[in-house]
Amino acid sequence: MEARDTALTGPAAPGRLRLEAPSPRYGEKAIKGLLAACAGASIAITVAIVVALIGPTLEFFQEVAVTDFLFGTEFTPLFNDGEFGVLPIVAGTFSVTFWGLVVALPVGLGSAIYLSEYASRRVRNVVKPTLEVLAGIPTVAFGFFALNTITPILRDNWPGFLGDPPGIFSAGAAGVALGLMIVPIIASISEDAMSAVPHGLREGAYALGATKMRVALRVVIPAALSGIVASIVLAISRAVGETMIVLIAAGSTPNFTFNPAESIQAMTAFIGTTATGDVPTGSIKYQTIFAVGTLLFAMTLLMNFISIRLVRKYREVYE
Amino acid sequence: MSSAPGGGWVPKRTEIAVAGAAAATAASLERPPRSDAVKGGVFKAALLFGVGLALAGMVWLIADAFIEGRSRLGLDLIFDRGSGDPEKAGLWSALLGSVYLMVGVIATVVPLGLGAAIYLEEYAQKERWWNRLIEINVQNLAAVPSIVYGILGLAFIVRGPADLGFILIAGSITLALLVLPTVILAAREALRAVPPSIREGSLALGATQWQAIRRQVLPAAVPGIVTGIILAISRAIGETAPLLLVGATVFVTFDPTFFSDDGYTALPVQIFQWVTRPQDEYRVLAAAAIIVLLGLLLAMNSFAIWLRNRYEQRW
Repeated sequence: MEARDTALTGPAAPGRLRLEAPSPRYGEKAIKGLLAACAGASIAITVAIVVALIGPTLEFFQEVAVTDFLFGTEFTPLFNDGEFGVLPIVAGTFSVTFWGLVVALPVGLGSAIYLSEYASRRVRNVVKPTLEVLAGIPTVAFGFFALNTITPILRDNWPGFLGDPPGIFSAGAAGVALGLMIVPIIASISEDAMSAVPHGLREGAYALGATKMRVALRVVIPAALSGIVASIVLAISRAVGETMIVLIAAGSTPNFTFNPAESIQAMTAFIGTTATGDVPTGSIKYQTIFAVGTLLFAMTLLMNFISIRLVRKYREVYE
Repeated sequence: MSSAPGGGWVPKRTEIAVAGAAAATAASLERPPRSDAVKGGVFKAALLFGVGLALAGMVWLIADAFIEGRSRLGLDLIFDRGSGDPEKAGLWSALLGSVYLMVGVIATVVPLGLGAAIYLEEYAQKERWWNRLIEINVQNLAAVPSIVYGILGLAFIVRGPADLGFILIAGSITLALLVLPTVILAAREALRAVPPSIREGSLALGATQWQAIRRQVLPAAVPGIVTGIILAISRAIGETAPLLLVGATVFVTFDPTFFSDDGYTALPVQIFQWVTRPQDEYRVLAAAAIIVLLGLLLAMNSFAIWLRNRYEQRW
């Protein structure tokens, strides 16, 4: 009995190698714990965001009915006897995003198809990083461009059938700048998805006599569809969350309209203008910032989840 | 024609089928119909137009700022402090504010981001639900709008639990949280590029897991990690929206410090304030400041690319 015990645990037993470390290695465990804490901090940030948003939002809903907030069409939170219907600024956000997509969808998808299917290796190696430079330009520069260049151009070339031309601030000008900003997102992620389509699919189609255009439109795009949709959803999410362009170029008048010539206020622009002033903590104005922030966070979170899901789908299929 | 090469008799049906197949093959090998060539050409032209438009937009944006602002570009612009007079106003206070902000960002984000990346890439077992949760969480944080980080900074760092007040460090921490996911993702990619054989070799020689990471994996991954950090910093330096919420909006004519509550400003915030003024002088000033900001970003990005090309190891 005694002999068996030493054979199992002791170093004295001949012919048996001790596999565990000679010491418990507390240092190793401490390091691992520290690193895990760093990773856990990312969870803490999410929790902090949710807590920071939810607290004042709940207080806000004690003053304002949820239905009045979500379905009201008057937004005047800074007045003393204000209205808190969020629809005008939600409409503002989506109006700008829509005009952005009108620009970014054809340009971004066209660039992605060109880079993936037509461009030579050399051209792609130059154009793709250049487009990514576009993604690195600070949004305040896009805002300046929208206000000083796009707005005058739109005003001078405004087609008469669309009604009055835009003034200093307009959803249209901000939308065009926003569109330019999200082009790299659509182009880059869509191109990744299209490049991940196996060559066998293309070659099969060529062998059946398909032209290059047909292969691109009927084979590559359907095969890469989930990645393309993911890029568009992500671009919408980025556009909805973008602050500086809409703050500078779209104006600060909550208008319930989709007219590109009108000045509007986007959700982010409302937060940006209102929170810069010295708003006292606990006032209804302060709480409105958080209620709008919660809605914005929920909207972008939903879109991010959809986009992550879709990207994972095409990766699973082809990798 | 009703006899096969072998001389035997071939049924009529087979003969028709062979003729049909030959015609189909010949048709597909011949030149495609003109309409296909035209459509293909138009399609390609449309794609090229799209790429051209994107590139032209970018060039235009930069050229426009340059043309508008070139009269104010110069050393005066960089070394003069803020001023109420647009003819005399310079960027020094804002530039210094941005540099201090970035020092704070680096001090916060490098240990946190690198630690998280090492844990996720080297230690975490992928099948555990909490590790999957952290991964999805990081991906999601990367896409949270920057203004929401501003709200977080306002509610948790400036006021609330941390209660630091509107000081520069509060801005630094807010920006650090904003770019943390970018740093984690970039550092993970750099760690993943180190082949497993390096780790296994080290472990086989008796190194502990941390020793293998510290002495073999990290040194090999440093160029990639540093590149990722520089790119993250270049995102942070151009961010405006969250800073608006955590106090970088004061009109500043003095040099900022880390902890003073006299207020601070940063380069993009200064640009924003000038952009929103209606006078022409401020427009010129804003354009010139945009060129300075873009120049700074270009320098940082070029350095990152040079670093990667110079030191990156190919396995």
